Amino acid sequence: MSLAKLTMQKTLSLALTFALCAGAAAPALAQKTTSQGIDEYRAMLADGNPSELFEAKGEDLWKKARGPKNATLEKCDLGQGPGVVKGVFVTLPRYFADTQRMQDLESRLVTCMETLQGLNGAEIAKTPFGKGEQSNVTALATWIASESKGLKFNLPQAHTQEKTFYEVGKRLFYQRGGTHDFACASCHGEEGKRIRLQDLPVLSQNPGDGVGFAAWPAYRVSNGQMWSMQLRLNDCYRQQRFPYPGFGSNATIALSTYLGVNAKGSVSVAPALKR
Amino acid sequence: MADPMRIRAQAAGDKATVRVLMSHEMETGQRKDAAGKIVPAWHIQEVTATLNGKPVLSAEWGPSVSKNPFLQFVVKGAKAGDKIAVTWKDNKGDSRTDEATVA
Repeated sequence: MSLAKLTMQKTLSLALTFALCAGAAAPALAQKTTSQGIDEYRAMLADGNPSELFEAKGEDLWKKARGPKNATLEKCDLGQGPGVVKGVFVTLPRYFADTQRMQDLESRLVTCMETLQGLNGAEIAKTPFGKGEQSNVTALATWIASESKGLKFNLPQAHTQEKTFYEVGKRLFYQRGGTHDFACASCHGEEGKRIRLQDLPVLSQNPGDGVGFAAWPAYRVSNGQMWSMQLRLNDCYRQQRFPYPGFGSNATIALSTYLGVNAKGSVSVAPALKR
Repeated sequence: MADPMRIRAQAAGDKATVRVLMSHEMETGQRKDAAGKIVPAWHIQEVTATLNGKPVLSAEWGPSVSKNPFLQFVVKGAKAGDKIAVTWKDNKGDSRTDEATVA
């Protein structure tokens, strides 16, 4: 075979390949995968994330004198000293010496509302999410989380309680129960799982920047609600057909500790935007 | 009174892009509550925007607009330092005006 002939044959087969590709590419473009479609939808919404409205509300609440003691929350100690807000979100839950217990952001806020403002903490814990003072706690948590946007998670693990809560959280993560014999790990323990159209991150390891623990509080477009981590966990348990865990209960804080420690080094994007 | 809006206005060339986030329930009047009673309609009906006091946009909105609506528009001739004011009125007669400076 001459060289010229060979080259021509090659060109021909190349041309054929191109033609085939072009034919295949058109339907491929039209049929995006579901998750690509969702990503596009999120990108379109990201510019006007209504969580900003809750951030503004939370910031106002922090600085406003309220409650029977008519005090602001500006002296609230979230773990880095009274009044420090920047960077605290990525270090919670942690052990607090004054209350002698492990606390996450929301339960700590309730403590501050009780001690500084004189509000009834037990009453707030009993209030359903999105109602009364509970919606204020969510707004406050949203603003405080936004003040740590872009920072890396680094939960302390020095105190014995902090280590214990991590271990308890891990066991809760794998604990199966309820009518469906579900554990957190049933959905969040394997790659490539999804619930309806939502990709489920693997939370027994570090899921990466802005995924899982690093994405809540988040605004949910479908119901127009701001969801805190406590509500996120509460709803996970609802979906597992477990009884609802108590607000700020040790179980939810242990799980948060487990997820937070696993996310070490990942960047927080909270408050995020969800479907 | 209603919660404040978040308004951002960014100048680029001879135009400015304005992004507005409004805090509103936007109840359609089609939903029923747990007791089976219709939740009365409560939504924004009128949106207006001004550039240094001069009207540049007016819109009529209905129940199909989402909760906590986001509005984006481009104003010709807006420069950095100009004032953009946005006002909404809802069907209960409540209204809210917020202002932002073009950056």
